[in-house]
Amino acid sequence: MVAHTPAVPDTPIHLTDPHVVAEHIKTQYPDAVEAVSAQSIVLKKEHLLDVARYLHDTLAFDYLNNVTSVDWLDHFEVVYHLSSMERGGAPLTLKVNTPRDNPSVPSLVPVYRGADFQEREVYDMMGIRFEGHPYLRRILMWEGFEGYPLRKDYKEPYYEEEKKPFGSRWDQGYHILAEDRNPWHDNVQYPANFDALAYKPPRDTVPVVEATRAALTRLRTDKIVLNFGPQHPSTHGVLRLKVTLDGETVYAVEPVLGYLHRNHEKIGERNTYLGNMPFTDRLDYFNAMANNLAYAITVEKMLGIKPPERAEYIRVIMSELSRWQNHASALGFIYNELGAFYTPFMYAFEERELILDLFEAVAGSRMMCNYMRFGGVARDVTDDFMDKCKYLVNERLPRRTDELETYMAKNELFLSRAKNIGILPRDLAINYSTAGPVLRASGVKYDIRRAEPYSIYDRFEFDIPTGTVGDLYDRFMVRFAEMRQSIKILKQALEQIPPGEIMTGKKNYQVRVPKGDAYGRAENPKGELGFYIVSDGSPNPYRYHVRAPSFINLTALNQMCVGHKVADMIVILGSIDIVMGEVDR
Amino acid sequence: MALGLLNGLRYTASRLVKTYLSDLKHLGRRYDDALLKERQSVRGSGIFTVQYPEERLPAPENFRFIPFLVYEPALDENGQPKIDPTTGKPVIGKQRCTACGICAKVCPPQCIWIVRATTPEGKPKPQPAEFYIDIDVCMNCGLCAEFCPFDSIKMDHVYELAGYERQSHIFDIHTLSKPASYHAQIHPTDWAREEVQRKAKAKK
Repeated sequence: MVAHTPAVPDTPIHLTDPHVVAEHIKTQYPDAVEAVSAQSIVLKKEHLLDVARYLHDTLAFDYLNNVTSVDWLDHFEVVYHLSSMERGGAPLTLKVNTPRDNPSVPSLVPVYRGADFQEREVYDMMGIRFEGHPYLRRILMWEGFEGYPLRKDYKEPYYEEEKKPFGSRWDQGYHILAEDRNPWHDNVQYPANFDALAYKPPRDTVPVVEATRAALTRLRTDKIVLNFGPQHPSTHGVLRLKVTLDGETVYAVEPVLGYLHRNHEKIGERNTYLGNMPFTDRLDYFNAMANNLAYAITVEKMLGIKPPERAEYIRVIMSELSRWQNHASALGFIYNELGAFYTPFMYAFEERELILDLFEAVAGSRMMCNYMRFGGVARDVTDDFMDKCKYLVNERLPRRTDELETYMAKNELFLSRAKNIGILPRDLAINYSTAGPVLRASGVKYDIRRAEPYSIYDRFEFDIPTGTVGDLYDRFMVRFAEMRQSIKILKQALEQIPPGEIMTGKKNYQVRVPKGDAYGRAENPKGELGFYIVSDGSPNPYRYHVRAPSFINLTALNQMCVGHKVADMIVILGSIDIVMGEVDR
Repeated sequence: MALGLLNGLRYTASRLVKTYLSDLKHLGRRYDDALLKERQSVRGSGIFTVQYPEERLPAPENFRFIPFLVYEPALDENGQPKIDPTTGKPVIGKQRCTACGICAKVCPPQCIWIVRATTPEGKPKPQPAEFYIDIDVCMNCGLCAEFCPFDSIKMDHVYELAGYERQSHIFDIHTLSKPASYHAQIHPTDWAREEVQRKAKAKK
């Protein structure tokens, strides 16, 4: 560790501008900055860790939003987005270049623990080594997988062409099934000189994590490793947890991911910009509307267009309806995990059905909405929709929220299981890059709808509910409070929605996105959903990265679970509210 | 005191009673369409289970499943659509599709595949000779219908498409084609709007 004496800059801080930040960095590390532009700072990789520590300690960039990488064919670029919990505003973009052969950059895990899973993902997908990472292993693919799928020269199984639309599918004069197009034996890539008989898969290691908080049993027992999942009803899908147990006490948890991995990002780079819209539905399949919104605002940022008023209001209405139903079902899920099987959950789902019926009536599908377009929405809402929605928002949902709260939040059995369980303190919640209700439950008043308002959220009056302790109970109650705030926003939006157009310009299926990159983010029910898109001016994105909130929130799981019983671990997992479509992408 | 728990139990009990109350209120009138609509709506209370497959939820107009092709039926001397006696479907008069290929280009999973028809001299005709959709690949997004400039591809409401063979899931032009009257029947609002546009275009 390099001793670092923070020197507080005496100039007033306008720290959303990269030029200003670069000046501050130069005072400390004169040769760390390679280049500065209006969007980003390019750093030399030798100084990355020092600069990150300086930004974290002195300039209060305490939150690492996103880590990703771009393959520029002659070199790799690792991209970091940092922001400050207190100042808010748009995140600062840092870039580091590394050569294509033997690429490596220093790991930021010593400064931002939230970089842990994200750097593993970059290593897995792009093959960039992070020097100093405590546990640098593949995370979405398995150990022993050959190749780095997000590199531009990687060809996936069933590879057809670089970019859609594919020429081959409607030019050949006969139809071939996808599975016949590429015979099975060509689908797998092996290392050079691979001998299948001599191959031994790498040994599955047990995570060794310091368990300082663990109130371990006084009995001297052996530690056992329990594989929890991937086929287990309370893992919210195909999540596998490698749990090291001391008796019944959790000693360490390591999530093993990738069972639902389909390389959404590679598919996204083959797709056209519009073609990605229905694919974003499949990320967090509980909140297709919110995903659509996040993707649409990112591309609109690059295109420099704004949807008309009515479309903005429709977007907010859809997004908040989605938030209500997501939180209601998440609370039901937590009760499921506590062993109260399906009754509370079904009460929440009864209301969810009504909201999904509304989505179906306007978008055509209950869950895979595919509703937003660049510069508007696909269809206008009908009077019937408005009538139903108003009744829901003004009468039914507030009543149901109250009922569910008396029913679920005051139950003594629940309280004894939830209070002081899975505590995530404020500074750790920030350091682990958790987002959404998990972050706010730890007492951080941070909501992107307020910190960097997108769409028209700056017009509405609403509060940001926060917890105090950061335990399971707080995460539960923050969701209830957010449901109330959603209703508050919905009431205002339904009152103010103006008549008019729902689309800026003509509907276009071949959007031309100008060259450049953008990081767009939205406050999804699960946390900050970010899209990092790099455009080279062609109809397909050059790089398409998804900052998935559930995936990054999982980084903090080990921290929350250590020292608790296995039964509590399941509830803690439920309180993060993950969805595997988004975790594995 | 376990007051919170007891309150919760009271809530559960009241929900149970309410379910039966609303059942009793509508006793013997189960298959009433209007009633079903009311009980399924946001204003309904209690639980109503739809007995699928004997009963089905009504699909909203915008509901989308796989696409179909709209054709204008051939007319007989009286101006009525000719019915094919073997299939019972109206005879195809003219496909609205012009094989422009926009649907195939816009399709995100690339499941549409079109062959343009040619005249006997070998010149391309604005008509599809073959039109395939691999419905196993189709992700039901509805972009093809949204961007078709000739209103010729629309999203269907039929969602029971299980088959015994993989090959039977590649729908050809005969399976996909449905008369314009079918489109009018399942999409009344869209149909009315398109007719207005069509007439305005014809006047010009």
